[in-house]
Amino acid sequence: MDREKKFYERLEQRGVSRRSFMKYCTFLTATMGLSSSFVPKVAEVFAAPAQRPPVVWLHLGECTGCSEAFLRSSYPFPDNLVLDILSVEYHETIMAAAGHQAEENLHAAVEKYKGKFVCVVEGAVATAHDGAYGKIGNRTFLEIAKDVCPKAAAVICMGTCSSYGGVQAAKPNPGGYKGVGDALGMKTLNIPGCPPNPVNLVGTIVNYLLLGKLPVLDDTGRPQFAYGKTIHDQCPRRSHFENEEFVTEFGSEEAAMGYCLYKVGCKGPETFNNCPVAKFNDGTSWPVEGGHPCIGCSEPDFWDKMTPFYEET
Amino acid sequence: MGERITIDPITRIEGHLRIEVEVEGGKVKNAWSSGQMFRGIETILQGRDPRDAPLFVQRSCGVCTYVHYLSSVRAVEAAVGVKIPDNARIVRNLLHGAQYQHDHIIHFYHLHALDWVDIVSALKADPAKTAALSDNVSNAPWGGAAYFKQVQQRLQTFVDSGQLGPVNNAYWGHPAYKLPPEANLMAASHYIEALRLQAKAARMHAIFGGKNPHLQTLVTGGITSVRDILSPDRIAEFQNIWKMTQDFVKNVYIPDLLAVASFYKDWGAIGGTGNFLVWGDFPESDKEPDSCFMPPGIIMKRNIKDVKAPDQANVTEDVTRAWYEKGAALHPSKGETKPQHGDYKPDDGKYSWSKAPRYNGEPCEVGPLARVLVAYAKGKKEIKDVVDSTLKKLDIPVEALFSTLGRTAARGLETVVIGDAMGGWIGQLVENVKSGNTKTYTPWKMPDKAMGYGLNDVPRGALGHWIKIEDKKIKNYQYVVPSTWNLGPKCEKGKPSPVEEALVGTPVADPKRPLEILRTVHSFDPCIACGVHVIDPDSNQVYKIRVV
Repeated sequence: MDREKKFYERLEQRGVSRRSFMKYCTFLTATMGLSSSFVPKVAEVFAAPAQRPPVVWLHLGECTGCSEAFLRSSYPFPDNLVLDILSVEYHETIMAAAGHQAEENLHAAVEKYKGKFVCVVEGAVATAHDGAYGKIGNRTFLEIAKDVCPKAAAVICMGTCSSYGGVQAAKPNPGGYKGVGDALGMKTLNIPGCPPNPVNLVGTIVNYLLLGKLPVLDDTGRPQFAYGKTIHDQCPRRSHFENEEFVTEFGSEEAAMGYCLYKVGCKGPETFNNCPVAKFNDGTSWPVEGGHPCIGCSEPDFWDKMTPFYEET
Repeated sequence: MGERITIDPITRIEGHLRIEVEVEGGKVKNAWSSGQMFRGIETILQGRDPRDAPLFVQRSCGVCTYVHYLSSVRAVEAAVGVKIPDNARIVRNLLHGAQYQHDHIIHFYHLHALDWVDIVSALKADPAKTAALSDNVSNAPWGGAAYFKQVQQRLQTFVDSGQLGPVNNAYWGHPAYKLPPEANLMAASHYIEALRLQAKAARMHAIFGGKNPHLQTLVTGGITSVRDILSPDRIAEFQNIWKMTQDFVKNVYIPDLLAVASFYKDWGAIGGTGNFLVWGDFPESDKEPDSCFMPPGIIMKRNIKDVKAPDQANVTEDVTRAWYEKGAALHPSKGETKPQHGDYKPDDGKYSWSKAPRYNGEPCEVGPLARVLVAYAKGKKEIKDVVDSTLKKLDIPVEALFSTLGRTAARGLETVVIGDAMGGWIGQLVENVKSGNTKTYTPWKMPDKAMGYGLNDVPRGALGHWIKIEDKKIKNYQYVVPSTWNLGPKCEKGKPSPVEEALVGTPVADPKRPLEILRTVHSFDPCIACGVHVIDPDSNQVYKIRVV
């Protein structure tokens, strides 16, 4: 109790009220598909663990959009994630060390926490010409992934690139880019999206910390709590689809009325994700709310399978 | 021959960058900048629907999200010959302004600050003295001894845990760190506050852009977020976040910038370059580039008395020192690229995946410093006011702008000016909607054949996208981006890129801990995923290019 009291005191000092914190935990618990009896337990996960779980975050063939998405987490805020909840041992975008010292950090963390750290991978693995198209510290992405990933307790692929190859793997895939699971022949937990909603990464990590195991996955490695239903089945514009009320041209009266975007190419019917419910940036919006068709960014090979984006499928 | 130092990876940037320098007598004598990744998005675009290009190329970079989306959609619009409605122009400018605010704040606090701020020293600070310092220099909404004590305790708890994570093994205690413990603690507190602020500021993008990173409401012909501009709630929400962010810029970012700069005035004579290129941006009417709020211009050899209008026809890309098959330096619309991976040979061979863009054969720095210099030289009042008052406050001459310090300061100053302008643009949007002008999109038809380009000036600098359409499909696509200009390799004539030039003369106190190198490299805000790309083989035909 005392620990809990102190925890809430600290939260309030940081401008987070107990009420809003519990609200967040409730939201996250619901997003994860757990019953409300888990809410206090979810709260406990954030209550300053004695030993913060180590995370090694690799950047391979990528654009850093997934790291940026992670930094847009609004409950908990990124400073809580980095300072109070997780121990981010290696992350090139935020770490202070550079060069040799940065590499030392990676090697030390992987050895110290062998079999215990969570490896988050952002970006795809270049495989053409023995991986010559991507290097860090003179090692290819392929060498780094082969070295680090098998030593992790779990490999979480953040984003479509590490999950399935992403934009650089689109035809004709000049660099021979592949998702991590495919490149290494191992099972990974995939949180696809371009970039994904940070709530789905946080939900996965909380699930891991709370229950000591990874959430239930579908056959493409995605957690079912986030990717169990199609966009179409959760879409607030669904009734327009049923009533055959479609936008056929942007800027039209139908667009202003918020009609269904299916005929201008919406890929919601083939795309599994929780965007309509979770929404992005602290629940502010999502593409269909912004009047743009879903491009199917959390589906494998969507850059080839879902294009041309603006044509009805 | 001096000592060679390699920093790979350069952290706190976007992408994979390797920097090598030769140090002699405690100073950098020569430098090599090497992009370490190749993805090939331009090859991937070939044969696809031109309308899809903006969504593909936005994935060049998630730190500079939005900017390639914007430049690409403008290139396609120029090619197909459609003019977007006023509301689409305003909303695009607002999203772009929000990107400047967001990106520059993140750069200053999260990518650059730790080059100047020693976090470990912050643990020794007196919280009461820190509060006094903060009251004196800053208008931050947080402060007081209790606040700084709490931040310090939080850092202490973090350090005591033994899990140092992102602050482990850095150059703490390096003699080049000059701030007193109290200034370090103040900056460390604002690092944390900025981490939260940026998550909130990104909501501006979600309001009119659907989400951030990687917005999804621009289409060829306009924007799709018509319902959001028709909703007064949404506009008010945008306005509130814009104001909160701009308050942070003025009350925290700029005071911090000045406070830190006052301890590092010697960096006003280190890290300068000579030539500067700006395409200009933020069109305030459909007359471009004349109506650009940030004006275009080119300055050669630091001669700010002679600003010329830049012409994209003078741009070429050289591959002599990049991992591509040898060819002549070509204009982007005729560029060709055949990747040829090989060994890293900085001295006499190829050493980067990045090409070497040149303007009339000369390297040019692009980005905040270039924009501020051009606007200053052209006498743009808003820029002149902030630059002159800053020079006065720091008691440094205008020549000090040509430096690492000047580059970092220019980034903050333009954030103030562009952020202020956004207030007016929000007002215009409101007026349009009030008067019944709700148009957000212009219908158009895809031509069989077309060419076009879009020029922008985005947070990291001058950006251009070129597209060629044949049979309603992408025949060729090419972009020349800020980090290719700033962080490319040398060219056939041996002329160094801006970062390679800027590094020469940089002092290095301890070759094993080259903190000073990071300062100058980070001052360019490198974005390497953007900077490295491939251009496809094309014939030597000369194409008529439609002016945007």
